[in-house]
Amino acid sequence: MFNKFILVVGALFFLASCETATQDAVKGTAGAGKASATAKAGKASIFGSAKETPADKLIAVGDRVLFDYDSSELSSEAKLTLDKQSRFLRVNSDLTFTIEGHCDERGTREYNLALGEKRATAVRDYLVIEGISPDRIRVISYGKEKPAVVGSNDMAWSKNRRAVTTID
Amino acid sequence: MDQDGENHQFLTNGNFLVLTPRFSPNTQEITYLAYYNNEPRVYIFNLLTGEQEMLGSFPGMTFAPRFSPDGSSIIMSYSNNGVTDIYTMNIKNQNVKRITNSPSIDTSPSFSPDGKQIVFNSDRGGTQQLYVMDEKGRGVKRISFGKGRYATPVWSPKGDLISFTKMYKGLFYVGVMKPDGSGERLLAKGYLVEGPTWAPNGRVLMYFKQNRPKNKKTGSVNLYKIDVAGFKELKIITPADASDPAWSPLIP
Repeated sequence: MFNKFILVVGALFFLASCETATQDAVKGTAGAGKASATAKAGKASIFGSAKETPADKLIAVGDRVLFDYDSSELSSEAKLTLDKQSRFLRVNSDLTFTIEGHCDERGTREYNLALGEKRATAVRDYLVIEGISPDRIRVISYGKEKPAVVGSNDMAWSKNRRAVTTID
Repeated sequence: MDQDGENHQFLTNGNFLVLTPRFSPNTQEITYLAYYNNEPRVYIFNLLTGEQEMLGSFPGMTFAPRFSPDGSSIIMSYSNNGVTDIYTMNIKNQNVKRITNSPSIDTSPSFSPDGKQIVFNSDRGGTQQLYVMDEKGRGVKRISFGKGRYATPVWSPKGDLISFTKMYKGLFYVGVMKPDGSGERLLAKGYLVEGPTWAPNGRVLMYFKQNRPKNKKTGSVNLYKIDVAGFKELKIITPADASDPAWSPLIP
């Protein structure tokens, strides 16, 4: 009887990959906080000290923007962050990068994949208008599969609805 | 694994994110989304040979795949430049057909058992709702009109019902309605309940459920099944947390 039906279960492993992503992201968030505290340092944070890697510098500049629930519209705050990002990307013209689109958990898996792609594309389009070549930008969506913050509350959800710019 | 959770077998090695597996009508193949080389694409896994093959070559993300009832093609979503539409691809000759053409998110397509209609969800009206169209994308008609957002529609093997996920006031539900949208009934609810799949007899649904965690942790994710009358919900025991179940057709 048992061989009459077979079930396949997927996504058993994505929880493991989430955990690594969470650690990275928490680091990133802490960096972003520091960046806003030293926002007045301005250009200094763009060029940084010799010890900092480009990835560190990008986090200091602000590597992510946040979105409202079920929205891919860029807020004025997001646009300010992207203005700084585009300056960084112009200065570091040899770098190529990937924009990752993410969602909070309160949506279905497949819809959120599409929404994440829309968010990442909104960031890419803004950077292209700011003069960054589309050839340097790759877009990827993780939907709700890689939350930055684990938790089921407003704080976690708001930090998970994001597009993160990462250096390739 | 078997329908009772026994004889579990891992198909992929866990180095990559793999999502939404679905059986072919002859149960020899599975189509799914995988992030190999960090590129989200639809693949086909042959259970006999163990071979995996990427379906076509698109300059964006392909996802949400399901087999057509005759097994000849895959229906799926394709996202590029912020737009998500529905496409079919013939597995043998790789012929691609565009089925929807809208600036909205059109995803989670599922064929009726006779292959003549497609149900999908779209945010073209503002929020996610269910729509039905013919196999060429003509005559698009909205079928969900209750309160909330509707997603992941799946046509039953008998053709008489469509199961779906519904989101309303912070809760998720799994329910069924007739293909014309009438007779909506909600069968299961929870913090996150998603991804219904039909038993071959069209009378039992399986889905996954995640409870809302109390502290800063992720709630455990488990598989459940329920009869369409909604009498008895049963938890399926799996070796680790599980999601996105797919129930195979009857093995001949």
